[in-house]
Amino acid sequence: MSERRCDVVVVGAGPAGLAAAVQASRAGAQVLLIDQSIRPGGQFWRHAAEEHDADPGRWHHGWSTYTALASELQAAVDAGDVEYLCGHHVVTAQQISPAQQIGSAQLQLTIQPVPELAAGARGLMTVRAPAVVLCPGAYDRQLPVPGWTLPGVMAAGGIQAFIKTQGVAPGRRAVLAGTGPFLLSAAASVLQAGGEVAAVCEAANLTGWVPRGAAAALVPSKGAEGAEYIRLLAKHRVPYLRRTAVTAIHGEHRAEAVTLSRLDSNGAVIEGKQRYLDDVDLVGLGWGFVPQSELVVQCGARTRVDVDGSLIGVVDVHQRSSVEGLYLAGEITGVAGATAAVVEGRIAGRAAAREAGYTTGGARQLAAAQRDKVLRVNHRAFAQAMHRAHPLPEGWESWMQQDTVVCRCEEVPYQRLKEAAQTLSAQEPRGLKGTTRTGMGWCQGRMCGTAASCVARRSGAEGAEESAVAVAKRPLAAPVRLADLAERDPSA
Amino acid sequence: MSQTVTVTVDGEEITTEAGRTVAAALMLAAQRPAWRRTRFDHDRRGLFCGIGVCFDCLVTVNGEPALRACLIPAEEGMVIETSERGARGE
Ligand SMILES: Cc1cc2nc3c(=O)[nH]c(=O)nc-3n(C[C@H](O)[C@H](O)[C@H](O)COP(=O)(O)OP(=O)(O)OC[C@H]3O[C@@H](n4cnc5c(N)ncnc54)[C@H](O)[C@@H]3O)c2cc1C
Ligand code: FES
Repeated sequence: MSERRCDVVVVGAGPAGLAAAVQASRAGAQVLLIDQSIRPGGQFWRHAAEEHDADPGRWHHGWSTYTALASELQAAVDAGDVEYLCGHHVVTAQQISPAQQIGSAQLQLTIQPVPELAAGARGLMTVRAPAVVLCPGAYDRQLPVPGWTLPGVMAAGGIQAFIKTQGVAPGRRAVLAGTGPFLLSAAASVLQAGGEVAAVCEAANLTGWVPRGAAAALVPSKGAEGAEYIRLLAKHRVPYLRRTAVTAIHGEHRAEAVTLSRLDSNGAVIEGKQRYLDDVDLVGLGWGFVPQSELVVQCGARTRVDVDGSLIGVVDVHQRSSVEGLYLAGEITGVAGATAAVVEGRIAGRAAAREAGYTTGGARQLAAAQRDKVLRVNHRAFAQAMHRAHPLPEGWESWMQQDTVVCRCEEVPYQRLKEAAQTLSAQEPRGLKGTTRTGMGWCQGRMCGTAASCVARRSGAEGAEESAVAVAKRPLAAPVRLADLAERDPSA
Repeated sequence: MSQTVTVTVDGEEITTEAGRTVAAALMLAAQRPAWRRTRFDHDRRGLFCGIGVCFDCLVTVNGEPALRACLIPAEEGMVIETSERGARGE
């Protein structure tokens, strides 16, 4: 097993990670940037290779911010100041105990080539560094619904990712459903890619959004982006239905139609207020995002439950976690979007470089750092207001059928989960795992975690935080094959 | 540079645009919305999360099983096998 050393390791090359790597490198630190994708950009700036899409910017907001970061990164790579390891995932992260410390390294990561991108060599590598910035981002949060395992039903973010890399929509006529402004951006992409959008269903009421207009004023770019989506939807006569959810998806071998239901103020289905929408071959579901907190939990850093119910890493004004040398930026500190992630990435990059012994002191740098401090506070305020306006519907279980699959991997139906939660001492997701296999499959609870912990909490006495930590506790951040583990050098 | 890529899907040759992922090639060129059958219910699955976290889209590529089709760039001559052989056109 090979071993590398550097001053600052940045995990994730999305908006937060790119900004962190560039900033730390500017300060003079030797940086290692690791990302599991083939190309930088993360979820937000996901794009096709240049030779396949001459104009990737058309799918994006803030694309010039991306190109500026990417070219600065490339220059630093060319100069030998940054090593960019794409197609590799970080599988474990931990603190180095004082007894094992050599030099100034405080943290240790295990990394591996992503099997899909590397035929052959799969050996694990260890990296040690005095400072690590984790920017692993998030994935779409899901709630189950009858028919959601049918082909043609996708995560809303998955539709977005498909369009951004393939240039076409993964279906002809779509319905987007769930909650959050992201549904609008996914719908806009479908339209832009030449698809039709039959409806966008927003579970929230959104009247609560108005008094929080002040928060939108804090981040004017967000307001402008939202207005642009609304205009595009209006132009294409796409209905934006509030307090409405897709409560069943129908089809023989794939999605063909959906049932839309009006929701009451508790987010539960109102009987008799259903509508059948035909001729739909693409359903995009998204209920906000779940930060990828496993590496943070593995390191033992302090976490808490955010207003949207996500488990997030706790940081100070320098994006420093409770663990020495560990910095966090982007969605992992609270889902707030790409612009906020860039700001946090810059702050974390500066602080991590400082931790590794590199200080930047010029007047311009100080002014920039000061500006970022203000921006960070504004973005956080905006995000909190947004989450309050788009809560998970308390009454979502009203649209479940006994046989609706909750855990897609292990095919655990709702009824089995509920019975286990009520009768067995399975009062938190880890207990439910053992008795029903919920969350034990390939995805390790990433798709069913929200629903499973919700069912568990309602039947038992588990607190939100315990439950969320249990879901995020994964010994490995990505699956590793036994053969590759065997290759591991036991002395390292 | 070639503008198309030819792969084999369950023994059948499929030509797709260059730059496709294996998942996109299956959906757009092979016209298959689903290509995996689940273990218990033999349910059809295809693309769900689209970013490598759900593992619904698993395929065998060049003999290597359980790879996420949404993450693999389709390459000339690739041999793709699914757990839904012959389900095309259903
Ligand atoms: C599928 C999807 C699509 C989205 N599309 C949009 C959109 O169109 N518009 C919008 O406003 N918001 C979108 N979002 C929301 C998105 O979370 C933010 O906009 C933004 O990308 C967050 O930036 P980030 O740097 O925190 O994380 P990300 O952009 O998610 O970047 C994190 C990076 O870390 C890498 N990573 C994670 N874990 C590991 C690991 N263990 N090892 C190695 N690498 C790792 C990931 O591959 C990724 O590249 C999307 C989210 C998802 C999940
Ligand atoms: S679609 Fe989820 S892993 Fe490929």
